[in-house]
Amino acid sequence: MRKLLAVTALASALLAGCGSTPMSSDQAGASVEDRNATSTVQTPPVQTVTPGADGGSLSPLAELQNPDSPLSRRSVYFDFDSFVLRQEFQPLVELHARFLLANASVRMLIQGNADERGSREYNLALGQKRADALRRGLTLLGVPEDQIESVSLGEEKPRCIDSSEDCWAENRRADMLYSGEF
Amino acid sequence: MKHTLLAKTLFLVCWLLASLAAHAQLAIEITGAGANRIPVAIARFAGENALPAAVSDVVRSDLLRSGLFNLIETGPQAIGEDSLPDLTNFRIRGADAMLVGSVTELEGKRFEVRFRLFDTQRQTELGALALRMSATQHRATGHRIADFVYEKLTGLPGVFSTRIAYVVKTGKRYRLQIADADGENPQTALASLEPIISPAWSPDGSKLAYVSFEAKKPVVYIHSLATGLRSVVANFKGSNSAPAWSPDGERLAVVLTKDGQSQLYTVNADGSGVRRIASSSGIDTEPSWSSDGQWIYFTSDRGGSPQLYRVAPDASNLQRISFSGSYNVTPRPSPDNRSLAFVTRSDGRFQIAVMDLASRQVTILTDTERDESPSFAPNGRMILYATEIGGRGVLAAVSSDGRVKQKLTVQEADVREPAWGPLSR
Repeated sequence: MRKLLAVTALASALLAGCGSTPMSSDQAGASVEDRNATSTVQTPPVQTVTPGADGGSLSPLAELQNPDSPLSRRSVYFDFDSFVLRQEFQPLVELHARFLLANASVRMLIQGNADERGSREYNLALGQKRADALRRGLTLLGVPEDQIESVSLGEEKPRCIDSSEDCWAENRRADMLYSGEF
Repeated sequence: MKHTLLAKTLFLVCWLLASLAAHAQLAIEITGAGANRIPVAIARFAGENALPAAVSDVVRSDLLRSGLFNLIETGPQAIGEDSLPDLTNFRIRGADAMLVGSVTELEGKRFEVRFRLFDTQRQTELGALALRMSATQHRATGHRIADFVYEKLTGLPGVFSTRIAYVVKTGKRYRLQIADADGENPQTALASLEPIISPAWSPDGSKLAYVSFEAKKPVVYIHSLATGLRSVVANFKGSNSAPAWSPDGERLAVVLTKDGQSQLYTVNADGSGVRRIASSSGIDTEPSWSSDGQWIYFTSDRGGSPQLYRVAPDASNLQRISFSGSYNVTPRPSPDNRSLAFVTRSDGRFQIAVMDLASRQVTILTDTERDESPSFAPNGRMILYATEIGGRGVLAAVSSDGRVKQKLTVQEADVREPAWGPLSR
């Protein structure tokens, strides 16, 4: 494990290092900086973000990794031009609220999304409204505000890329990510 | 020893990234031209064969691309500026103005370019200039000469020496690029596997503010183009987006969600001094500062649908600007603050429109259907924007009277989020 972490650190250092290395160029233009996201080298999230959690074999976070667990469902969908949590997602929201309440050290990042039509920045704000609606659904069930951060990806990270109603519906969505997944 | 190896590897990685990034050239196609184009004769410059490419070719293609000029053929013969050309002859051929010039090699592989511009009707000189340059600066010199001609003949500053910023998406990779206004000399300022949106030039052209999602959420950065160094302007809990510079370059308007919904704030360029400048129960976003510093224009859905508003930077005097239609977004004031470019939706089409701020009259300028992100040229003549043609993101430009139209494409890539840089000083 140590070795893997070291490799990750080295890779990050390499990539981050590009930032402080101005590229010389004849035309004295822009310098190049590279930000390859941290996903370049995969590490199991349990060990990297929750030191101490590897003591017991029944880590609560292991349940999040289990594809058969109901907690593996992380997406909530919204109607067109709507920012109201649909009733059908209430059981899922309750499930995740219980998990957060039982594991106070685990944090959640909610990423809201919007379909591609119209202004990128306005869509970013629409995605935020969806993320906020889901956050409110969780805090109403008692989850502390500071355990959750709601942000928006707007139309920038579509799960579906066709220009069709089905696709747009798939992209009107908020996703729940746990510590180690963001 | 270990350090040297690391440094070498680092250099290799960065060099690879840089060389991969260098090949996204914008190709510009003119799809419409002005109604009353000025006929000009641009002669070949004496001695310009000594350069890697002719300066006068750059001048000609700049003027032609603007859609405001007609080029009158001058023949293969170079005409220097040291004697008076036969202006009567060129007037008979239809030219209203004529440019002649020469290139002289100096010590140390430097060159001097001298040129004169004449009015063929009045048979008078409109101006003359001498520029010194290295051989590789022939394009930059050509742009400066084209700017000179443009200003003398139209009364407005030319924008051929300016730069544009835009985002290219190739596969899963995003690159923030800077190119000359003619699409040449593209350079990558930032490469990322996460999206980059909303680039905004600092008023002095030395920095770009933008939103990057590399932290799995939107964060606002300022990036110095000369050094490649960057700093975080806004990384509060929630989303941080839509940076817009104040005309003095000291503050930025940004959109934060730290206190609830997307709301407008101003912040010092170093990230300090956050101040809220508007409050609504809806979305406030897409701020843009007027060049006189009096207003911050923005989009808000506080009235039920997204519409254009403005507020003074001290949070006073809030006004709604747009009243017709159910979707008016992305307000961008013209450099003279007389009009406002924005995106309007009608019949499912998103188009670039311009509003005269005195009469509030709106004119739709484009015939494309998925228009976004309008950005005025610093002389106010053209509006650069993003649209979609054949399912692919392209940049396009339209003159503020709707007559001149251009399309800018990059092979095999999506281009979006254009921002036209300021006049060079």
